[in-house]
Amino acid sequence: MIAARAMSVDSATVRRIASLARIATSDAEVEAMVPELNNILGWIEQLGEVDTSAVQPMTAVIANTLRLRDDVVTDGDIRDRVLANAPAAEHGFFGVPKVIE
Amino acid sequence: MAGITDLGIASIRDGFRAGDFSAREVADAFNTAVAGAKALNAFIVETPDHAIAAAEQADRDRSEGTLKPLSGVPIGMKDLFATRGVQTTAASHILEGFKPEYESTVSARLWAAGAGMLGKLNMDQFAMGSSNETSAFGNVISPWRRNDGGNAPLAPGGSSGGSSSAIAARIVPGATGTDTGGSIRQPAAFTGISGIKPTYGRCSRWGIVAFASSLDQAGPMARDVKDCAILLEAMSGFDPKDSTSLDLPVPNWETGLSGDLRGKRIGIPKEYRVDGMPGEIDALWEKGIAWVKDAGAEVVEVSLPHTKYALPAYYIIAPAEASSNLARYDGVRYGLRELPEGAGLQDMYAATRAAGFGAEVKRRILIGTYVLSAGFYDAYYTQAQKVRTLIARDFDAAWELCDLLLTPTAPSAAFALGEKSADPLAMYLNDVFTVPSSLAGLPAMSVPAGLDGQGLPLGLQVIGKALDEQGVLNAGLAIEERAGFTARPEAWW
Repeated sequence: MIAARAMSVDSATVRRIASLARIATSDAEVEAMVPELNNILGWIEQLGEVDTSAVQPMTAVIANTLRLRDDVVTDGDIRDRVLANAPAAEHGFFGVPKVIE
Repeated sequence: MAGITDLGIASIRDGFRAGDFSAREVADAFNTAVAGAKALNAFIVETPDHAIAAAEQADRDRSEGTLKPLSGVPIGMKDLFATRGVQTTAASHILEGFKPEYESTVSARLWAAGAGMLGKLNMDQFAMGSSNETSAFGNVISPWRRNDGGNAPLAPGGSSGGSSSAIAARIVPGATGTDTGGSIRQPAAFTGISGIKPTYGRCSRWGIVAFASSLDQAGPMARDVKDCAILLEAMSGFDPKDSTSLDLPVPNWETGLSGDLRGKRIGIPKEYRVDGMPGEIDALWEKGIAWVKDAGAEVVEVSLPHTKYALPAYYIIAPAEASSNLARYDGVRYGLRELPEGAGLQDMYAATRAAGFGAEVKRRILIGTYVLSAGFYDAYYTQAQKVRTLIARDFDAAWELCDLLLTPTAPSAAFALGEKSADPLAMYLNDVFTVPSSLAGLPAMSVPAGLDGQGLPLGLQVIGKALDEQGVLNAGLAIEERAGFTARPEAWW
């Protein structure tokens, strides 16, 4: 935990997280992002000062019970409305580039 | 009719009912005001026809005796709320042209209550920002100017900056906002208007473009406390389509309004006296303390010891949730698609998101992705959620000693556009007083309380216990009654 906090990001790390987040980045963007992210991450690392050994992480801000509904279809038959905003709808489906060679 | 746009929500509702003017006259007056205020860039889309249709329905309802709670009242809708058939972008290029096939629960409630829509209000992109400088549709300009004659364009606050600018300029009588870490309260403070973030779960999140789901909460912004109460009543209520919606009756907050604070204890959290805060804000806070005492409240000092950790915890939790929520923008189902020649599916995702998201959105997605990534999750995210528990406990302990808390809303008056945008961290620090109550899900509101030496509005914040919107509104009213805030920006737009 502590070791992770002491780390700072380098350009390889920024490229890796941009790839995980599926955001294409240029070399210039990566270089600009490294000090920015380190500045922000360095600031949030102060949370490490807080003793949380006896604390449960927050799961809900307001006590509420998770409701279950009956396992039945409540909507549907709206294919055209679902597809209405698709950049490429074809034959009643979402169109995407070929994924199988 | 001259003067209609000077009226707030309650005055329009009541004047329309009394027959002083028709709903159509109201809609026409505000549509004209909106069309004449392009220099503010408060709207992404104007919808005069929606306002007129609602007004004509209201006029028919009045003649037939079937008035609804907001009949005759036009409002602005933050562009984070999905509106059926009307472009909804969250001020992002990635959603440009998106016309939802559905209506958000909150906007649907407002239309069912008789309100009409003047347009979709500009905002920080995906509600990420405190100055409205991250919109893909240009900065919103505050109608306020410093009294130094320099006419530097000022930030209307953010993320609900189109809402705050439009209300302060009297081109809408009220508007919706959303608040994740202060996005209703800080812009309200910057522009001399009122705004309330209710208890998490009061307003359905269904159909609101998601930013950080455990924090996002809709609320009204308007010229005064009573108008906020009226709008909040219409916006609130249980919604089975939102799993975090509270299944509770909506109180009659307007009827319950009272500026009499006798029997109430108001806490002053000592940790909110931060270093470097302008003396004017400290002085205003002291005035606020005197005002609530004058209204009959007992004032006590309280401690919220984990306050300084709220912002760093927020800037882990909110980006983490955002990185997850914004994964849906993939160029497949709706919104922008960038498909470079010969690109496969993965390349299309990356190109679409690179072209569609603004710099601040990317920054937060990357931070969120990093803090959730393997090996870092516990050190960052779990630790932040534990600190969040401690922050909520701080408030619980304070409620042993008091019923409400009184603080400044923001650590400064409005800053000029460009003044903080080069330093993300400096911008984040603007939320220092609003984020803790967001992390704890508590109701909180900002009311205008005075002007600084440059002639710019300053706000005071009231924070209440969960579900005590009435207490928050009443303390806000007591301050409003004593602050006598009547300043308004001179029309230059």
